[in-house]
Amino acid sequence: MITRLLTGGEAVAHAMRQIDPDVVPVYPITPQTPIIQTFAKLVADGGAHTQIVNVESEHSAMSAAVGSALAGARTITATSSQGLALMAEIVYIAAAMRAPVVVALGNRALSGPINIHCDHSDSMLIRDSGAIQLFVENAQEAYDVMLLATRLAERPDVLLPVFVCQDGFTITHSAEPVRLLDDDDVHAWIGAYEIPFPLLDTAHPTTQGPFAMPDYYYELRHQQVDAMAHALDAIEELGAELEQLNGRRYGLVEEYRLDGAEHVLVCMGSTAGTAKDVVDQLRDEGEPVGLLRICSYRPFPEARVRDALASADEVIVLDRADAPGARGPLATELAAALYGSGMELRGHVYGLGGRELHPDDLREIFAGDVGRFVGLRGAACLV
Amino acid sequence: MSRLKTLVRNEAGVPPLGAGHSLCQGCGIPLVVRTVLDSIPGRKVVVNATGCLEVATTRFPTTAWNVPWLHVAFENGAAVASGVESAYRALRARGAIEEEITFVAFAGDGGTYDIGMQALSGALERGHRFVFCCYDNEAYMNTGVQRSGATPFGASTTTSPSGSVGLGKLQERKDMTAIAVAHHVPYVAQAAASHWQDLSIKAQHAGAAFGPAFLNVLSDCPVGWGHEPREFKRILDAAVETRFWPLYEVVDGAYRLTYEPAERVPVERWLEGQKRFAHLLHPENADLVRHIQRRIDADWERLLALC
Amino acid sequence: MSGLTLKTWQELPTAGVVTRHEELRPRTGAYRTGLRPEADLTACVDCLLCWLYCPDNAVLLDGTAFAGIDLEVCKGCEICAEVCPTGAIEMVAE
Repeated sequence: MITRLLTGGEAVAHAMRQIDPDVVPVYPITPQTPIIQTFAKLVADGGAHTQIVNVESEHSAMSAAVGSALAGARTITATSSQGLALMAEIVYIAAAMRAPVVVALGNRALSGPINIHCDHSDSMLIRDSGAIQLFVENAQEAYDVMLLATRLAERPDVLLPVFVCQDGFTITHSAEPVRLLDDDDVHAWIGAYEIPFPLLDTAHPTTQGPFAMPDYYYELRHQQVDAMAHALDAIEELGAELEQLNGRRYGLVEEYRLDGAEHVLVCMGSTAGTAKDVVDQLRDEGEPVGLLRICSYRPFPEARVRDALASADEVIVLDRADAPGARGPLATELAAALYGSGMELRGHVYGLGGRELHPDDLREIFAGDVGRFVGLRGAACLV
Repeated sequence: MSRLKTLVRNEAGVPPLGAGHSLCQGCGIPLVVRTVLDSIPGRKVVVNATGCLEVATTRFPTTAWNVPWLHVAFENGAAVASGVESAYRALRARGAIEEEITFVAFAGDGGTYDIGMQALSGALERGHRFVFCCYDNEAYMNTGVQRSGATPFGASTTTSPSGSVGLGKLQERKDMTAIAVAHHVPYVAQAAASHWQDLSIKAQHAGAAFGPAFLNVLSDCPVGWGHEPREFKRILDAAVETRFWPLYEVVDGAYRLTYEPAERVPVERWLEGQKRFAHLLHPENADLVRHIQRRIDADWERLLALC
Repeated sequence: MSGLTLKTWQELPTAGVVTRHEELRPRTGAYRTGLRPEADLTACVDCLLCWLYCPDNAVLLDGTAFAGIDLEVCKGCEICAEVCPTGAIEMVAE
């Protein structure tokens, strides 16, 4: 193992070098660009054998990725925001066609207005696509989860595209010490790429991507529901297996100081890092608070969440995306998961378009001293 | 020189596209598919954009295809093919595959000229080794005969209908073949389903090219064009004889006419017998027909100058 | 397609990937509306044009010789009758 000072984007590129995917079709967009630039340089210096395909749009990136993955080649790509929006059509299809593509996502706000900074609206756009979405808290986790995601995507009982989601700029562009595994350990972890029906197996020709009428569409799609259910177990199993290698345990959720916690904050991404510090401060002051970080957003770990929050009195959900005309997506998931429990639940929207959330904001959130839209200038509309 | 017996032997009893599909009675597409795929030796893998061919041949749980076949979406035929071809190169490089495979992408004019153009342009620019074959029936036929960028001037379609006021599509169609040539790829050709030998030779050249090859093949649609299926050859022959649809190839940028009509045939021969052009043949629209003729004449002179 | 038992989601192939099965071939001969092609073998010269031009792969071959028309899939488009250079194929009432 070696420790290097890396941004989240660079950490992902190093993970990719060690995974050595066959094909990486990719199109640039801020803040994912350090990923593909770092990786391209690593390949140019002989670090991997990857065919990098510099496509002419993100829609083509995901299209080429599906073609490549189903042909029989390990395939990774990266995008953010508008790029994800443009490829969204194909993300649904990748999931339906069971193409195990890994996508490094630099979470960035969706236009409009156009904004290059972090929020989770791009992830929310594809929440029903059937793709797995794993959120990370920091650059170390971005590296770790790229390795986990590759195994997860390719598990025969899963076979779904997996998005590794890291906050744009906050993680993609912020450097921290990252422990990298040895190349040999990663090769052994990753193993060979195998799918049930490689298109290039010309001795056994297959038709892939059929036209389905009402008599079959529903059942064909239900296979994806089943695959997502298997992913819940797979994420935990692979997290435990990876812990044997790197000493860190990734899972469906992260419970932080939930013992005796009466007020629990729920959030995703880098904000959890700040929130842990605030939880520590408040605990020192005698406040019974804790944090539940959602790591796997899709599949949403409903049962795990209910168990983790069983003894809380109040759940405070932070959404880094809004949904005009409805409640925040994560708050809605939590409300559904906790329905009937009698728990108090309040949801907040924060951090849109890269608006920073400071420790003081979190203190106020815990105390219940803020409206639903944290930091908004002007009275919030609550319709 | 191509012989039908060679095509039969290349099929080896297993047609790439078999029977039982739900393409229309007399559809022109299977002829293009059979001619192209049977003319290229060795293993083929087909990528198909959404459209008539894709929908009608793969209604789950059946398929009419006997070759590996992949469909993802409408606008990305060339992008999907790029991914498949890149995977092939990667797998060959690491010794996981040894056999030679030719990749052939099929798309209609919609999936080539319009919604598919961006992906096609990118794939051509990047130099992937594959054949992109457009079966050009000059409208979005699968969804009900709507106009496309390939629809010729004056054609009546369901979104550019002729009527008491309307005169059909008023825009000229794109020269997609020229657009492909502008990408500086090894092989580009314009062909017609009716001229199977010419198409067969072009398919062979396309398959052998060391880089992207683009085939633009005029293919009739009895429903969309408004004619009896059995008229297909007479009509497509007229397209070629009137020089509405010249047959040529461009090899590394060098133009070559592959068929020169012996006589100058007026465009009316192409327009007649197709309901989509019927309004043009009314006397009050003679100006439109003259316009079409002038365009054909000018385009022909321009093409000859390039050859 | 009638008489086919519809499968459960577990029974269906993953992602709807299929391989061609001749026994599942739809009988597109049902498209015909009263006429079918009939071949006069004495006039046939095995030029194979009908084989090539048939959109439905309905022309059966024995090696490279014409061997008949598969009426289970022939849609009655009449293209074979039209292109046959010797007039060996005619459309006749069913």
